[in-house]
Amino acid sequence: MNRIDKLFIKKNKDILNIYFTAGFPNLESTGVILEKLSDASVDLVEIGMPYSDPLADGPTIQNSGQKALANGMSIKHLFKQIEVARKTIDTPLILMGYFNQVMQYGEEKFFRKIKEIGVDGLILPDMPLHIYERAYRSLFEELDLGISFLISPQTDFERIKKIEELSRGFIYMVSSASITGVKNGIDAKQIKYFERINSLHLTKPVLIGFGISDNKSFRTACEYSNGAIIGSAFIKAINSEEPIEQSISNFINKIRFDTIPV
Amino acid sequence: MNKLRDKISVDEQGYYGEFGGAYIPEMLYGNVEEIRKVYVSFWQDKAFKQEFDDLLKDFVGRPSPLYHAKRLSEKFKTNIYLKREDLNHTGSHKINNTIGQILLAKKLNKKRIIAETGAGQHGVATATVCALMGLECIVYMGSVDIERQAPNVSRMKMLGAEVRPALSGSKTLKDATNEAIRDWINNPLDTHYIIGSVVGPHPYPDMVAKFQSVISEEMKWQLKEKTGNENPDAIIACIGGGSNAAGAFYHYLNEKDVRLIAVEAAGHGIDSGESAATSVLGTKGVIHGSRTLLMQTEEGQIIEPYSISAGLDYPGIGPLHAHLIETKRAETYAATDKEALQAALEITRLEGIIPALETAHAFAVLHKISFNKADVVVLNVSGRGDKDLANYIKFIETNE
Repeated sequence: MNRIDKLFIKKNKDILNIYFTAGFPNLESTGVILEKLSDASVDLVEIGMPYSDPLADGPTIQNSGQKALANGMSIKHLFKQIEVARKTIDTPLILMGYFNQVMQYGEEKFFRKIKEIGVDGLILPDMPLHIYERAYRSLFEELDLGISFLISPQTDFERIKKIEELSRGFIYMVSSASITGVKNGIDAKQIKYFERINSLHLTKPVLIGFGISDNKSFRTACEYSNGAIIGSAFIKAINSEEPIEQSISNFINKIRFDTIPV
Repeated sequence: MNKLRDKISVDEQGYYGEFGGAYIPEMLYGNVEEIRKVYVSFWQDKAFKQEFDDLLKDFVGRPSPLYHAKRLSEKFKTNIYLKREDLNHTGSHKINNTIGQILLAKKLNKKRIIAETGAGQHGVATATVCALMGLECIVYMGSVDIERQAPNVSRMKMLGAEVRPALSGSKTLKDATNEAIRDWINNPLDTHYIIGSVVGPHPYPDMVAKFQSVISEEMKWQLKEKTGNENPDAIIACIGGGSNAAGAFYHYLNEKDVRLIAVEAAGHGIDSGESAATSVLGTKGVIHGSRTLLMQTEEGQIIEPYSISAGLDYPGIGPLHAHLIETKRAETYAATDKEALQAALEITRLEGIIPALETAHAFAVLHKISFNKADVVVLNVSGRGDKDLANYIKFIETNE
């Protein structure tokens, strides 16, 4: 059983999943960030593979990706960083990127490689469901590798059921019709959508992402799902003057408890 | 049977051979699916077809003439016919597609239109149909292109559109397309995205090609009238994403004797590192939701292209063209900035037609291919050059 499934057996609410872009703010930040997130007992970590044209991402993640690429980040280098970090941390790790990056590496080679270096799951927002089902599903099952598909407010019931069937680990619920990091707070319309999805009693864990940025939105998301994913707000937090270790623990505390420890 | 099997067309999942499909985030799935469900039946709907045809005739000014360019023909010792898309209302072929898509947007009850533009021709054509239908219009344009195609920016503003600069990446067409897609993700319910080329997720490449296919539909009867034969020996068109080429090739795709010649922008030269010649520099991958050929690094990062022509400055090509190139159905050539500028000046002085810089690339290949004396060659004049005067004047001043 992979680390994602183990996590959800142990804990099925208030899951905190933090996203960061590999290679930002510095090329070698990956190791430090992973270590600090693990120390702070973050439940899941999503590592973004920086991409030149990230269609689903807002300015914060776009800029972090551009900076990371300018810093010299590459998939090969990231794999080495993860391999090293995996020796000391046990947090479930998820890679997030765009399908073209996987295609250029070679799909099967990519999936086998990430499993080998200790990655537990993958998110590729632009990979079509039917292609996954036809071409890669059996390999993911064989490798026991997680895959999270997205649902949005426009996803219809039939498709949600398909996504539930195909997702391995958890379902990624996009909080509103939006790219990442542009909306703050959760409005009444979103609550209705959260309630609607919650009432479906999906058989797989659901994490809410996009627009979750503080303790209040985190708490609200946790009320209607198994937990939440925070990306842009975290990237903003670590892009500051203070030491990154400090920024990370402050941010996680603020999210979880709305306080900064003295 | 053989002929049927070889027929070039899109399959149900939106593929031309191995190219095409819809590689889009879930947030766009509903929108794209909505269009996919109606676009084919829409095309067969009599009332729509009538409205589309009427607008093309009375608003756009179709059919566009097929003009026998005698002095140009004499110079290149063959028979060159110019398909005058530059004479359409708004000055290019782009209006054919925006008329079709605005009718679709109305049918889908959309209140807000977004578009991307490179040279500004598609932006102007979109702003025009939005004015015509009274719909809100937002056009994304790379900040580099806003500067180099200023006249079109002014036209869009006068037409009531908001021009939003794309500030990421190379600040050109690719980035404007990214921004438009992001806008669509943020506004899925009330907004229709009028893509200007045969790119993007299925059904866009096929839909845009169908709306542009009026070009080759007219060419058939016009050639029959003028030469006695509806098939030419060759068709030449410039290609960025490839919408004018798709329209000019469309009804000849399965006519194997008709050479299809696509001309890309070589920029400062194919090997200069500053080019947009995707068929040479590109490899298979995914860009803007479509599996096609694109310029990218080994790890799949998209490479910033370069061309003096804002409309050809794009690192990918439509999946139909990738398929035509891969199967060797179409031939590709590339023209540099300089060759295009020279060709623009040459055609202007030979025939009194100032072409768009994009189209000038198509003219440039007349110097690279020798046709037989009896050949009939159609060159698609995709747009007029008013927007490019600043570039042309600069070129003339430094060269004359």
